[in-house]
Amino acid sequence: MSVLFLVESVNGQVKKNSFEAASYASKVAAQLGTEAIGVALGTVENSALAELGEYGATKVLHVTDASLDAFDSGVYASVVAQVAQSAGANVVVISQTSLGKAVAPRLSVKLQAGVVPGAVALPDTSNGFVVKKGAFSGKAFAYVKVDTDVKIVGLVPNAFGAIKGSGAATVENATANIPASGVKVLEVSRATGDTLPLPEAELVVSAGRGMKGPENWGIIEDLANVLGATTACSRPVADVGWRPHHEHVGQTGVAIRPDLYIAIGISGAIQHLAGVNQSKVIVVINKDPEAPFFKAADYGIVGDAFEVVPKLTEALKKFKAAQ
Amino acid sequence: MKFLVCISLVPDTTTKISFVDNDTKFNNDKVQWILNPYDEWYALVRALELKEANGGTVTVINVGPAANDQVIRKALAIGADDAIRVDGADDLDSFGVATNIAAVAKDGGYDIILLGKETISYNGSNIGGMLAELLDQPFVSLATKLEVSGNTATASREIEGGKETLEVNTPFVLSAAKGMAEQRIPNMKGIMSAKSKPLKVVPAVSAPAYTSVVKYELPPAKAAVKLVSPDNVEELVTLLHNEAKAI
Ligand SMILES: Cc1cc2nc3c(=O)[nH]c(=O)nc-3n(C[C@H](O)[C@H](O)[C@H](O)COP(=O)(O)OP(=O)(O)OC[C@H]3O[C@@H](n4cnc5c(N)ncnc54)[C@H](O)[C@@H]3O)c2cc1C
Ligand SMILES: Nc1ncnc2c1ncn2[C@@H]1O[C@H](COP(=O)(O)O)[C@@H](O)[C@H]1O
Repeated sequence: MSVLFLVESVNGQVKKNSFEAASYASKVAAQLGTEAIGVALGTVENSALAELGEYGATKVLHVTDASLDAFDSGVYASVVAQVAQSAGANVVVISQTSLGKAVAPRLSVKLQAGVVPGAVALPDTSNGFVVKKGAFSGKAFAYVKVDTDVKIVGLVPNAFGAIKGSGAATVENATANIPASGVKVLEVSRATGDTLPLPEAELVVSAGRGMKGPENWGIIEDLANVLGATTACSRPVADVGWRPHHEHVGQTGVAIRPDLYIAIGISGAIQHLAGVNQSKVIVVINKDPEAPFFKAADYGIVGDAFEVVPKLTEALKKFKAAQ
Repeated sequence: MKFLVCISLVPDTTTKISFVDNDTKFNNDKVQWILNPYDEWYALVRALELKEANGGTVTVINVGPAANDQVIRKALAIGADDAIRVDGADDLDSFGVATNIAAVAKDGGYDIILLGKETISYNGSNIGGMLAELLDQPFVSLATKLEVSGNTATASREIEGGKETLEVNTPFVLSAAKGMAEQRIPNMKGIMSAKSKPLKVVPAVSAPAYTSVVKYELPPAKAAVKLVSPDNVEELVTLLHNEAKAI
């Protein structure tokens, strides 16, 4: 018996959401009276893997084959399934990243294991295995019961948080049959910079049509920079090309749940709110006091973004300097 | 080239969500059902574009009750050639839906099966991967771009903070995200011709349920917003630090 979690890496480094997955898995393991074991694929530094112990993992099984550096959902699901079987996993935790979303359903079929995609809390194991997940694009939650022997939890990034303690995980090499890849990865390009990609970001500064044009995004970026926040936008802004598509949040864009979401010049249409209303704290800056977004906000400023945002940036600079 | 596009029905995006039967069932009273935006705007339209460029057929498939037919016809009005509805299995979980699509697709000779990246109702992102595994085909998830030449396709997919470009041979399964295509509004001719396009109904196959929804819940109501004067943004910083502990 064990709780397995999938470790994701970029350029040999463990991704932030994997520390969260480790924390989550170790809590589930405690509930079930067993241990949390990581499974890492491809080239990853062993020291980085050992660090997962600080988040509750006892062991990390590392399938080192370099061909696993290129992602294919079929190959990954096969390797994870083999490791899950040899580790006697009864729960597999996978972060709902672009990679995890492709692996979890394939693994579900392979292991005949029910999967709960979009989990936001620990399972209730008092009567079976029931996991709370987001549904209706942030407008509701569903409690999903998993009726199979093996259970897969697709954990929403930043829903649970990484809980750092102490301890080191032992890292062991593991072997698996690696099937032929169904795809040939030609290129992987990641925006350089030190801000986190949207789904993982804890702080997000987002702006909408109220900004009037792409040339005015400087003040948005300045604000994001002082905070170390990631930028986002409303759908029409991405549709007309003022901002890249991957910044579009909402019901038909990325769904996020950062610790802080600052919405500037966004009206707060129901489809926009659906993707952001799980944010822990929402700040709205809008010149229209009747903007629906204020109803979903924790803090608000009724004012002109072109005046308020630079002032807020200055105030935050002073605050940061005094820290 | 034969395309199969999986289409699902979801409550209109403006729907106020509520539940009945002790919060165990979605309240579909007065709900307007639409095609899931990802399926309609991206998966279906891209399949149509590729068919128009290279020839072939576009079939849409839905697993659901007869009441869905009217919305399925919208996909025909947008341009799909024919439709298949798998009838007689209500309340399926993702695995049940995937099993039923796989049963139809298995001997259908489809070159590319397209889905939306997720339904805006269940937010599963589940069915594409399951289907690919059931059919033992490659799966390109969250694709923002798809070009086809002969039996080789090039696709881009969203990854955190960037994109991945890959090559894949048919047959394969792909889930479509924003960027793939632009929404098409059906015209009068499309709407008229949709009425006579074939909509075949096939019986469901049985599949074990791996999961079931036992309860729904609405998010807790928000407390009233705290307004801060635009002339006192320092107060907002203080509140975010001391009260909200967000910075
Ligand atoms: C099926 C469907 C799916 C959709 N999915 C999404 C989605 O995923 N995400 C999404 O965002 N939208 C989505 N939409 C669109 C949504 O309905 C809204 O149209 C959109 O969110 C509005 O964007 P906005 O708030 O930027 O623009 P607007 O609604 O035009 O609002 C601009 C706001 O800026 C304010 N403003 C103007 N000038 C200033 C100023 N100087 N200072 C401060 N404030 C100012 C205005 O008061 C106004 O509130 C969807 C729509 C449909 C039909
Ligand atoms: N009942 C259904 N019939 C046909 N296709 C479906 C059905 N439900 C979901 N799909 C497809 O599967 C995709 C992902 O759904 P989900 O896994 O529920 O998020 C959708 O975007 C559709 O393309």
